[in-house]
Amino acid sequence: MAQNEKTNGKVHPAKKTRVETTINGETVEFLCEPRQSMLEVLRDVLELTGSKEGCLTGDCGACSVIIDGRTVCSCLMFGVEAEGKNITTVEGLAEGAKLHPLQQKFLEDASLQCGICTPGFLISAKALLDRNPNPTEAEIRYALAGNLCRCTGYDKIVHAVLDAAKVMQAGG
Amino acid sequence: MAESTNGNGNYRVIGTRPIRHDGVDKVTGRAKYGADYAFPGMLFGKVLRSPHAHANIKSINFDKALKMPGVKAIVTAADLPEAEDSTQQVGEAAMNPRYLSMNILAHDKVLYDGHAIAAVAATSIHIAEEAVRLIEVEYEVLPPVMTVDDAMKKNAAILLPKLRNKEEGDHPTNTASHLQFKRGDVAAGLQAADFVVEREFNTAMVHQGYIEPHNAVGLYNSDGHGTIYCSTQGAFDVRSMCAQVLGLSVGMIKVVPAEIGGGFGGKTTIYLEPLSLMLAKKTGHPVKLVMTRGEVLRASGPTSGSKIKIKMGCTRDGKITGAEVWMAYEAGAFPGSPVGAGAMCVLAPYNIDNFQIDGYDVVVNRPKTAAYRAPGATNAAMAGETVIDELAEKCGLDPIEFRVANACKEGSAQIVGPPYKRIGFIETVEAIKNSPHYKSELKGANRGRGMAAGFWFNAGMQSSATVNIQTDGTASVITGSADIGGSRASMAMITAEVLGMEVTDVRPTVADTDSVGHTDVTGGSRTTFATGMAVYNAAQDALKQLKERAAKTWEKKPEDVKFEDGKFSAEGDGIKPMTVKQLAGRLARTGGPVTGRAQVSTGGIGVGPAFAATCVDVEVDPDTGKVQILRCTVAQDAGKAIHPSYVEGQMQGGTSQGLGWALNEEYFYDAKGTLRNSGLLDYRMPTCLDLPMIETAIVEIPNPIHPLGVRGVGEVSIVPPPAAVANAIYRATGVRMTELPMSPPRLLKAMLENRRAHDLQAAAAD
Repeated sequence: MAQNEKTNGKVHPAKKTRVETTINGETVEFLCEPRQSMLEVLRDVLELTGSKEGCLTGDCGACSVIIDGRTVCSCLMFGVEAEGKNITTVEGLAEGAKLHPLQQKFLEDASLQCGICTPGFLISAKALLDRNPNPTEAEIRYALAGNLCRCTGYDKIVHAVLDAAKVMQAGG
Repeated sequence: MAESTNGNGNYRVIGTRPIRHDGVDKVTGRAKYGADYAFPGMLFGKVLRSPHAHANIKSINFDKALKMPGVKAIVTAADLPEAEDSTQQVGEAAMNPRYLSMNILAHDKVLYDGHAIAAVAATSIHIAEEAVRLIEVEYEVLPPVMTVDDAMKKNAAILLPKLRNKEEGDHPTNTASHLQFKRGDVAAGLQAADFVVEREFNTAMVHQGYIEPHNAVGLYNSDGHGTIYCSTQGAFDVRSMCAQVLGLSVGMIKVVPAEIGGGFGGKTTIYLEPLSLMLAKKTGHPVKLVMTRGEVLRASGPTSGSKIKIKMGCTRDGKITGAEVWMAYEAGAFPGSPVGAGAMCVLAPYNIDNFQIDGYDVVVNRPKTAAYRAPGATNAAMAGETVIDELAEKCGLDPIEFRVANACKEGSAQIVGPPYKRIGFIETVEAIKNSPHYKSELKGANRGRGMAAGFWFNAGMQSSATVNIQTDGTASVITGSADIGGSRASMAMITAEVLGMEVTDVRPTVADTDSVGHTDVTGGSRTTFATGMAVYNAAQDALKQLKERAAKTWEKKPEDVKFEDGKFSAEGDGIKPMTVKQLAGRLARTGGPVTGRAQVSTGGIGVGPAFAATCVDVEVDPDTGKVQILRCTVAQDAGKAIHPSYVEGQMQGGTSQGLGWALNEEYFYDAKGTLRNSGLLDYRMPTCLDLPMIETAIVEIPNPIHPLGVRGVGEVSIVPPPAAVANAIYRATGVRMTELPMSPPRLLKAMLENRRAHDLQAAAAD
């Protein structure tokens, strides 16, 4: 491993930056170091621990959030990039005590076992249903291929998305 | 004796599919997993890991790192007490405290790429990462020993200079142990065979692949008491192992099990937990450590790669006459591969009069292996179930008929000797035979269907449970079983069933090591079996006390009180039946709180043997060797499915791990012994797009030793898939694969060789 020769062990992190953004419909202001990822900001600075760390390289999707309508791995984005954006995390899916149909169907269809991948799947599935309200099984599998689950084999997750789509189409 | 409802099947709650009690927290992001915990003044820890697979440590100098602003403490093996060199039982596994200590922090040698050497605590994770890079280690690099073949060679470099085995006497060796199971006369048995198949299999090391990395937050009080919050399958095991490594008594440590993001056996041991306590003690602050994905793959506990040689013979009408198996499993850097379990599983479903099984536990410069869902059995089944498929074909018999004709039943002797009690092997393979999948026709080029069976003993061990009746007539049930798949819902269901309550009126809690009696690990498919038994007994104990209170109220004897359909009643004028709710309001006046409790010790392994069978349809791309799973069905004997959705979930999850093991997953080390695919892009697990829906058939042959008939369901479904896929690939391509994974490059190579051989044959025939 390379030694930190240039600075001779004296590390001067850049000053924290003030960021203003919208998270789950609320204006949020925070301070973060430029080197902190959006995932780190959500979890360690804003205490929104619903988004999970699984790999830090964008391979597992456990950290998925929606940024201006697009699904993004928050581990692949810097906190400072949140400036002026509109961000949805798993904490913003329910409306008070009323669960989103996806959340409700995940519970009814037993689509979670350990639950660590669930926030990421809910985010990706919501983004899918927002743009394609009536997806086929193949379209669902394609859209969710960026979210890894090791517990369920995906069967009950896909069923839940199909079931939630039906509910949402019926106006629920 | 508790009223047994074994086998009657008329349950009110058991067998239904209620929403799990912790579900809302998990779908809203509120549930707290280990890495979600934060405490005031908390520091962040990072581990320095070896870049070499095999090296002596000449010196460690961390002066520069310690001087970095923000760095508060650094620990190495020098901070650990001397550990005992012995074998102890922790949970399902045997553990040597000295090796455990050496794995937590390397003593004088590093034994795998990623082996922990030092840990740093700092005010931010980024500072800790920078500080780790400033630690100077002088290595004397040694030749890496990466495979069982290399390790077992005459002049192989030796990993552990003090390691000896019985057969080699005082000669240094990399073979930690040799075990053998024998019955009858295997030479005569093979002689008597009309058909003999002999194959050699090589399976690659694979990882459990839980999405949540290891984590631990350690807190230390000046009075010497420590607390660890961590995601673990066994809080009591973490406690005893940390006590061992740190030289503390068990009572000085409290372990709080956080919600856990997957384990599959990989979180039944310790890595970061003792480091968090050591750093908390040195700094006076809470310290959090979380592994990166790279660290998880390099330095936690994958399961063994293996070499298995198998020779099996049968008569022309399909009776197996003899089997010889030689298995060498990679233990990783320290002894303890699951070769013993593999040896006990390889022929387990079959009645064979003559066999010899030799198993070797071999150390190599890879991470110390940990349990992975039915440890050792999947490797073994790849060998056994494909050879059986070949023999069945030679006899012209359907693969299921062949298995049924040789099947173990109640009374058949197990590999280790004692007879099976009532088991459901035949029913399980027949469930595949009768499935819509198996009955359907598979048409099309390059397509094939294969099936395989699997066995797992399932463990019993110890569990404790408490059931408290609340003043409003609801109940809380407290256990010490970490919930990795929805088990706390089953505990609530069992409680509700016994007490005549609604399942929503029961509140299940997974408690820490101070708050509940000793409970062994969530693993070994034991939780619904053993903890379920404890919960059942605790609920019965509460019921007994409630009957006594009703009796007191009515001035009757407890034996005169009946409990039926959720109501207490007794004969007599003016005695009106009471519900638990009504009785609950009177507890203070009739003697005080009602708490039911139970502790069970249900035995070791084999308390409710489980069988699974998997059928898979594949399509193979002849140009790339890529395998598409078209359809998949898994059948499994659950004894009694408490919550069918979660039983199905275990079956589907184990199957998909088995499919990944079959097709893509493997550890890839280079010549230097560096792991080259330590990320989830290149350690390729199945995605949503790789799998079809997984059809399930739950078979229920009640387990005679459980009050509700429960058999463990967590593990066995991972055992058949690689063999089932290999058998399907054979029918699709004519190629018998003997390597795992059957990844595109390997399968393509085998198909091309097969084609070349056929072309040569055809040319020679002209």
